Amino acid sequence: MTTTAGEAGVGRSDDVRDKRIVPRRNWGEWILAALLMLGVGGFALLVASSPNVAWSAIGEYLFDPTIIEGIKLTLLFTVLAMVISIVAGVVIAMMRLSSNPVLSGFASVYIWFFRGTPLLVQIIFWFNIQLFIPSIDIGPIHLETNTLISAFTAALLALSLNETAYMAEIVRGGLLAVDKGQSEAATALGYTPFQTLTRVVLPQALRVIIPPVGNQTISMLKTTSLVSVVAAQDLLTRVQNIYAKNFLIIELLLVASIWYLVMTTVASLVQGWIERRLGQSESEPPRLWRAFRRLSAAMGSKG
Amino acid sequence: MSAMPTPASTPEPSRSKAAGPMVEAIGVRKSFGAVEVLSGIDMTILPREVVCLLGPSGSGKSTLLRCINHLEKLSGGRILVDGELIGYRERGDRLHELGSAELARQRRDIGMVFQRFNLFPHLDVVGNITQAPMLIKGESRAEATRRAHELLEIVDLAGKANAYPHQLSGGQQQRVAIARALAMRPKLMLFDEPTSALDPELVGEVLAVMKRLALEGMTMLVVTHEMGFAREVADRVIFMDRGVVVEQGTAADVIARPRHDRTKAFLKRVL
Ligand SMILES: Nc1ncnc2c1ncn2[C@@H]1O[C@H](COP(=O)(O)OP(=O)(O)O)[C@@H](O)[C@H]1O
Ligand SMILES: [Mg+2]
Repeated sequence: MTTTAGEAGVGRSDDVRDKRIVPRRNWGEWILAALLMLGVGGFALLVASSPNVAWSAIGEYLFDPTIIEGIKLTLLFTVLAMVISIVAGVVIAMMRLSSNPVLSGFASVYIWFFRGTPLLVQIIFWFNIQLFIPSIDIGPIHLETNTLISAFTAALLALSLNETAYMAEIVRGGLLAVDKGQSEAATALGYTPFQTLTRVVLPQALRVIIPPVGNQTISMLKTTSLVSVVAAQDLLTRVQNIYAKNFLIIELLLVASIWYLVMTTVASLVQGWIERRLGQSESEPPRLWRAFRRLSAAMGSKG
Repeated sequence: MSAMPTPASTPEPSRSKAAGPMVEAIGVRKSFGAVEVLSGIDMTILPREVVCLLGPSGSGKSTLLRCINHLEKLSGGRILVDGELIGYRERGDRLHELGSAELARQRRDIGMVFQRFNLFPHLDVVGNITQAPMLIKGESRAEATRRAHELLEIVDLAGKANAYPHQLSGGQQQRVAIARALAMRPKLMLFDEPTSALDPELVGEVLAVMKRLALEGMTMLVVTHEMGFAREVADRVIFMDRGVVVEQGTAADVIARPRHDRTKAFLKRVL
């Protein structure tokens, strides 16, 4: 760096560079931080020294086979609900954007209803569906709704239908973010509407869609715990079953919390990795898309 | 643009089935809601002809172009390209709109170049040019790529095969867009103000490519405000205003000796 001679600067730049820089301390913040540590430390001490918590039980149950089975089911619920809701979300989003008033109306009502009612209510509803549809008869086929809708299907149905509503809005946002000229150019070249969607519009919409889908997935890992109300054998259901017998409520809830934290932390790390691979800059769709294709190619070759 | 490399191979001249006109518009009408934008357009374009469409902004030029490849539905009249009714099937005294697969098939043969290029930003230059032939015509990747490199030479962008659209200037993007359209081997090319979004110093390179295309016998309908191009390249000029054809003739006639007041007023503004 050569000194470009401003009158004051000539010959003094070296002295200036040598001086140590002392950042200003913000004492108010430090006092607050000390108080915070004191408070948190005190609470931790209180919990740790409580005679009512059997700490050894945590270690005992952390890798209990029942708990591990519960984790597997929680992961299964999350993956299935996300996959179903992404596919269904694309469909509902397209219906919402359709010029046909019946289709777009249906999509609007769907989104309105499933976002507007509590998921907990929806889960209980599907579990009790046999109350007003006791059986399904199609010609000679007779199916007891009870056997058709197990706790598992009721839970998965509720999670997927509910998540689809959120996913539809995310996908719609992504589709709308793609310039109209893109689908016009594809149409003019002779792409069918399906080819236009899958080859031109969706690839570009992904850049907008992927980050919120990551957030939804992380959220879904925890939301699945709601299905414990119908005893769908997820992690929380297992934990509840165990503490119903031995009354180690806090200990087992801590076990569940540890596992939920592990799962959400891993999911966050994966999300961070994917988003870094997709490129930090929103303004560079090409690099983003190339990275995504590399990514999916890499995942494809593993499978 | 003086010394352009001689292309390895030129785009095939348009092959037309019928001996008749390439484009025939008969009483074409188009309304958006209550507003009539095209009020009965009659127009004929012969094979290998280059026609420039002039007219003030809002006169319906883009709409007419978009009707020719059925990006817009007609409100009345009909359009035939190479003898085939576009967008509809005639049954008795009714015109039934075609399904999306049929429409896509008709559009394959009609190339279109947009004012704002509309290249696919997630694909590189070769990807932009090869996707349609591979996807729609089932060409092999090798064949489509070979053809893409040929076309890039024609539009003078041989070195940019693996660039992404955002790495190119407007003029370069528009030339890729032309190559992308040519890759489908269209029998007709529609240009909607292809140089209007370009910085003035980049207009020439795009017009040069279009001129070469014209010389090689491509049938072209060009909406443009470039009077120099119209004079030099167009076989015929059509002047439109408020949804009707006001006058048409050779470029020399219409531009140098306009007969109608509206044409005169328009030319005074653009020349
Ligand atoms: N999709 C549309 N909906 C409503 N009006 C439109 C639409 N497209 C074009 N128009 C109107 O049609 C008229 C002609 O437009 P256009 O064909 O783009 O003219 P030009 O290309 O000659 O400038 C304009 O008044 C424009 O506002
Ligand atoms: Mg226009």
